Amino acid sequence: MFHIYCPYCEELREEEEFHPKGEAHIVRPKDPEACTDEEWGDYLFFRDNPRGIHHELWVHAVGCRKFFNVTRNTVTYEILETYKIGERPTVTAEHLAGGDKQGNVQVASGGQQTVGASGAAVASVKGERA
Amino acid sequence: MQRYSGFGLAKHALSHHENWERQWRNPTPKKQYDVIIVGGGGHGLATAYYLAKEHGIKNVAVLEKGWLGGGNTARNTTIVRSNYLWDEAAALYEHAMKLWEGLSQDLNYNVMFSQRGVMNLGHTLQDMRDIQRRVNANRLNGIDSEVLTPEQIQEIVPIMDCSKNARYPIMGASWQPRAGVARHDAVAWGYARAADALGVDLLQNTEVTGFKIRDGRIYGVHTNRGDIEAKTVGCVAAGNSGVLAKMAGFRLPLESHPLQALVSEPLKPILDTVVMSNHVHGYISQSDKGDLVIGAGIDGYNGYGQRGSYPTVEHTLQAIVEMFPIFSRVRMNRQWGGIVDTCPDACPILSATPVKGLFFNCGWGTGGFKATPGSGHVFAWTLAKNQAHPLAAPFSIDRFHTGALVDEHGAAGVAH
Ligand SMILES: Cc1cc2nc3c(=O)[nH]c(=O)nc-3n(C[C@H](O)[C@H](O)[C@H](O)COP(=O)(O)OP(=O)(O)OC[C@H]3O[C@@H](n4cnc5c(N)ncnc54)[C@H](O)[C@@H]3O)c2cc1C
Ligand SMILES: [Zn+2]
Repeated sequence: MFHIYCPYCEELREEEEFHPKGEAHIVRPKDPEACTDEEWGDYLFFRDNPRGIHHELWVHAVGCRKFFNVTRNTVTYEILETYKIGERPTVTAEHLAGGDKQGNVQVASGGQQTVGASGAAVASVKGERA
Repeated sequence: MQRYSGFGLAKHALSHHENWERQWRNPTPKKQYDVIIVGGGGHGLATAYYLAKEHGIKNVAVLEKGWLGGGNTARNTTIVRSNYLWDEAAALYEHAMKLWEGLSQDLNYNVMFSQRGVMNLGHTLQDMRDIQRRVNANRLNGIDSEVLTPEQIQEIVPIMDCSKNARYPIMGASWQPRAGVARHDAVAWGYARAADALGVDLLQNTEVTGFKIRDGRIYGVHTNRGDIEAKTVGCVAAGNSGVLAKMAGFRLPLESHPLQALVSEPLKPILDTVVMSNHVHGYISQSDKGDLVIGAGIDGYNGYGQRGSYPTVEHTLQAIVEMFPIFSRVRMNRQWGGIVDTCPDACPILSATPVKGLFFNCGWGTGGFKATPGSGHVFAWTLAKNQAHPLAAPFSIDRFHTGALVDEHGAAGVAH
């Protein structure tokens, strides 16, 4: 059972209150009509599906009902951070590969707990909802 | 290959069954093959077998990172049926069904294919409309399919709660009498033994770690046991397909999810068919050993850890106990998970890729065991002729750009 930290409720809650919604940070093309079939198909269907660090969208379905982001390891299932919509992850595959684990995130022991990312490390990205 | 027969069994009894031949060799990898298959599950082994048997291509290696059949092939709940809605899917799964019907003889290996019938329950008016539509579509495609009333269901499965007092009363079901179950690891072993006998090298503990690509063309793979060359490579790696695609430099429209199953302590025979319900989300059959084989839905998040989450177990068992109150005190013995590669339209991908000579057979998600013989058969044809088999053509990866999806969510759903 995951204990997930909702960055809006600012509380750890049990997995069953949430629904996972797939890969995060997928930007909807600004002008779908201008997309090629290739671009539109890629946007709708194609996913990174990595073994390891994954940034994903969750919804606090029976809580505040807000969407937010989670960085999670898809092999160990350890949740490394949760952060609000419009924010960027501080834990990424690149920076873990570089051995740089500082960031503003505490990695909780036991692989089941999470802490929210601090706002300081976060830049919001224009035109992106999730 | 030593043929198995009743006579052979009697003969070996005289030497206390100590002289049976090994079922397959354990060869040293060659430097080069005509075709490399990545993934030694049922689909990969079947592909290798049909390449050798039907196309005379015997210089073939199957590369498996673990042991043969250790992936989803021997983790699934073994339901085999072909009652899919759309013509393209129905044709592919029915092709597999016809091969299942002669498989034990063809392989000289008892895969324990048992056509005990599969029932898909409907609990709402919409369920029933979908069932009627699917049954009609099946019949137009020459696939045996019927709609059952609750009375008929009760007759086939007396222990199920078909009363109006159930929380989700059963309103009817679709029924495919030719559907059933098979012994999953026997399927992997049977194909392995038959492929080996035709000269295929089965290389276990051999993990593909990269592809050798030059000018957009494949010419080999990197493995933990050194490089191996081949101009044609077929990846049949289920949940790990996305990882392999990334090594080759492209993405797939797949997400990998844990899917779990449970078996109970063994019971005396009590359930002689397969019951599935999309609506309450559970399905059940009884194995020849007597254990109840129970399947769940996927865990919603992406995951590669071969285990399932506790809330899903609870949810599934609630559904089973609701349908079968008699099982409420049966104890569960084991629980495990496999990693399924789900596709947006719940149909597989059998396709060429942006890399010439590299093909993928994946996306079978929660329901590919039933397709094992058909999948291997058409994929072998595709690899041998470098051209999609007519039954495989609609399942090309292009469909996610052209929009010609084959939306089988209605027929696939939870149903496996
Ligand atoms: C719990 C559960 C229940 C299911 N129930 C049903 C059911 O009732 N009916 C049904 O039809 N289907 C069912 N399925 C789905 C079915 O099991 C699969 O679709 C099918 O078995 C896939 O077969 P495969 O040979 O493609 O994959 P697998 O058997 O998973 O084989 C893929 C192989 O590739 C290997 N591999 C991966 N990466 C590499 C690499 N880099 N190098 C070398 N080897 C590699 C893996 O080790 C693995 O052995 C179920 C699945 C699960 C998990
Ligand atoms: Zn919340």
